[in-house]
Amino acid sequence: MIAQSQPLYGVMAEFKTPDDYVSALRKIRAAGYTCFDGYSPLPVHGASEAMGIEGNPVSLMVLIGGILGGLGGFSLATWVSIVAYPVNIGGRPLFSWQAFIPPVFETTILLAALTAVFGMFAINGLPLHYHPVFNVPAFARASVDRFFVCIEATDPKFDLATAKSFLTGLGSTEVSEVKS
Amino acid sequence: MSSHASQHGPQIAPVLAPGHSFESVTADIADIVLDRKQGKNWWVGFGIGLVLLNVLMMAVTYLLVKGTGIWGINNPVGWAFAIINFVWWIGIGHAGTLISAILLLLNQDWRTSINRFAEAMTLFAVACAGMFPILHTGRPWLAFWLFPFPNSMEMWPNFRSPLVWDVFAVSTYATVSALFWFVGLVPDFATLRDRATSKVQQTVYGVLALGWRGSARHWDRYETAYLLLAGLSTPLVVSVHSVVSFDFAIAVIPGWHATIFPPYFVAGAVYAGFAMVLTIAIPLRVAYGIKDYITDRHLDLMARVMLATGLFVSYGYATEAFMAWFSANVYEIFMMENRMWGPSSWSYWALIACNGLAIQPLWSQKVRSSPIALFIICMFVNVGMWLERFVIVATSLQHDFMPSAWGMYYPTIWDILTFIGTIGLFVTLLFLFIRFLPMISIFEMRTLVPEAKSKEGGHH
Repeated sequence: MIAQSQPLYGVMAEFKTPDDYVSALRKIRAAGYTCFDGYSPLPVHGASEAMGIEGNPVSLMVLIGGILGGLGGFSLATWVSIVAYPVNIGGRPLFSWQAFIPPVFETTILLAALTAVFGMFAINGLPLHYHPVFNVPAFARASVDRFFVCIEATDPKFDLATAKSFLTGLGSTEVSEVKS
Repeated sequence: MSSHASQHGPQIAPVLAPGHSFESVTADIADIVLDRKQGKNWWVGFGIGLVLLNVLMMAVTYLLVKGTGIWGINNPVGWAFAIINFVWWIGIGHAGTLISAILLLLNQDWRTSINRFAEAMTLFAVACAGMFPILHTGRPWLAFWLFPFPNSMEMWPNFRSPLVWDVFAVSTYATVSALFWFVGLVPDFATLRDRATSKVQQTVYGVLALGWRGSARHWDRYETAYLLLAGLSTPLVVSVHSVVSFDFAIAVIPGWHATIFPPYFVAGAVYAGFAMVLTIAIPLRVAYGIKDYITDRHLDLMARVMLATGLFVSYGYATEAFMAWFSANVYEIFMMENRMWGPSSWSYWALIACNGLAIQPLWSQKVRSSPIALFIICMFVNVGMWLERFVIVATSLQHDFMPSAWGMYYPTIWDILTFIGTIGLFVTLLFLFIRFLPMISIFEMRTLVPEAKSKEGGHH
C-alpha cells in the first residue's frame, strides 16, 4: 500500500464526550506513552491533569514582562525628567516619582499583556501553516463537537498495530492513521 | 459560585436556552457569518453608518484645511466638544472590558454570550474616542509627538502631566482591548475555517486562526493567558477612566478640582457602557433570532448593573453639590449656583432628569423585563452621560474665577457634524463586525452546553 510508505505522524482516535476524552488521555498516559496530545473544541478541565501536564510557564513569563514594563517605564520617566529634559518649576524636585505612577502603571500592564499574548502563542508554536492532524478528514469536527487523541509516531513505545488496537479498546468511535 | 444558577430558585432563567448541543450553538452562531445572506435590515443599518461616516470624513477634511477655528472653542472654553466626546466615547468602552474581564474573574457565566460584541463595542468606542484629542491638538499629523521618542528637537513629554498620563492610559487600553478580543477570537476563527465552504473564507479565517488546532497543551496555556489578561484588564479599565478624570481633577478650575472624580468617573463609564451594550443588544437579538443566547435574564442583569452604577453617579452629583457648599469657598459655591441657575442650567437639569430620574423605573421587575422600556431608558442614559461631560467641561470653563474672563460656549455646525460622524464610524464598524465575525464567543458558549459538564473534573 502507498499509505504505508508515507511517513506516519501518529494514530488518532475520536470521542464524543469530554468524559470519554479525559479518561482516554488518562489511560494513554497510564499505558506509558509520552508523546501524545488531545484535541478539543473547548477547554476541557481535567484534560491537562490527565495528560500529566503540571503548570505552564505563562504566569512566570507575564510576571517577568510586567516587572520589565514597570522598571522600563519608571526608568524612562526618571531619565526624561532628570537628565534628558529637566524642567525647573519653582524649585520643585525633579525626581517627582509620585507623579510617574500612573504612566508606569500603564507600561507595566502593557508589557505584561503583550507578554501574555505573544508569549502564549510563541510557546504554543503558533502561528503554524501546516500540521499533520488536519490530514484526517474527520478532524474538521475538532473545532465543533468531537474530541480527539493522537499517539505520535515519535513516541519510543510506538507500534502502529498495538497503538491502534489500544485506542479501539478505549471505546473510540473511530481510529485512523495520521499521515505526516 | 458555580454555573448552576438555576439551583437558586425556579424563577431564575438559565443563561442559555435549554436543548442546545455543541453542534447547534456552533451552527447558530457561525452560520450568521458564513452562510446567511444579510437581510435588508443589515444593509439599511450599514448604509446609515456609511453615510454618517462620510459626514465625519467631510468634517475632518475641513478641519485639516482650516484648523480648529471652525469649532466653537474660544477663550475661556478651550476644551469643548472634542473633550466631551472623547470622555463620552471612552466611557462607553468601559462596559466591554468590565463584562469580558471583571465578570470573568467573578465567574459570572452570563457574560459569555455578550462579551464578544461588548469587547467589539469597546474597541470601536475607543477608536472614536481617540480621534478627538488628536484632532483637538490642531496639528493631528504631529500627534506622535505625544509619545516619548528621541527626536531632533531634543524634546520629551512631561511625565508629571495628566495629559501625558492620558496618552499612556488610552493607548495601553486600546492595545490590551484589541489583544484580548483577538485572543478570544482565535478558537472561533478555527471553527469558521473548518466550517467554511468558500475558498476565500477558508483562506481568510485560516490565516486569522493562526493554525489553532485545539490541542490540550495549547488550551492549558491559552486559559492561563486569557485569565491573566482578564486580571490585567481589570485594574487597567479602572485606571483609564481615573486617569481621564485626572485631566480635570488635577486642574484648579472650580467644578474640576474634586477628589470624588476618579470613582465617580469610573462608575459613570460603566453606567454609560452598559446602556450602550443594551442599546445594541436589544435590537440585535431580535434581528438575528439569537434570543436563546442573549436571554431576558441578560437584559435583566444588565439593567440591574445600570441601576446600581446610575445610583453611584447620582451620589457623585450630590457629593459635588455638598462639597461646593461645605468648602465655604466662594468660587466653588458660585460654580454650583452657576450650574443650577446660570446660563447653561438647562444642561444640568436635563442631566439630572436623564441620569437621576429616568432610571428609577428600573427598580421594577416589570420594566426590566420589557425590552422596549429598557431601550427607551438606555437612550436617556446615553444622552444623560453626554450631558454630564458637557456640564463638567463647558459650565466650569465658562464662568471660573474673574468675571472679566468669563465667556460662553456655543457649538458650531462642524462640532456637531464631527460628533455625529463618529457615531457613523461606530455604527459602520459594528455592522461590519456583525457581518464578518462571530458576534458571540462560540467556544465559550460550548462550555455552557449541558454535555460540556464533565463528571470527573467538572467545568469551572
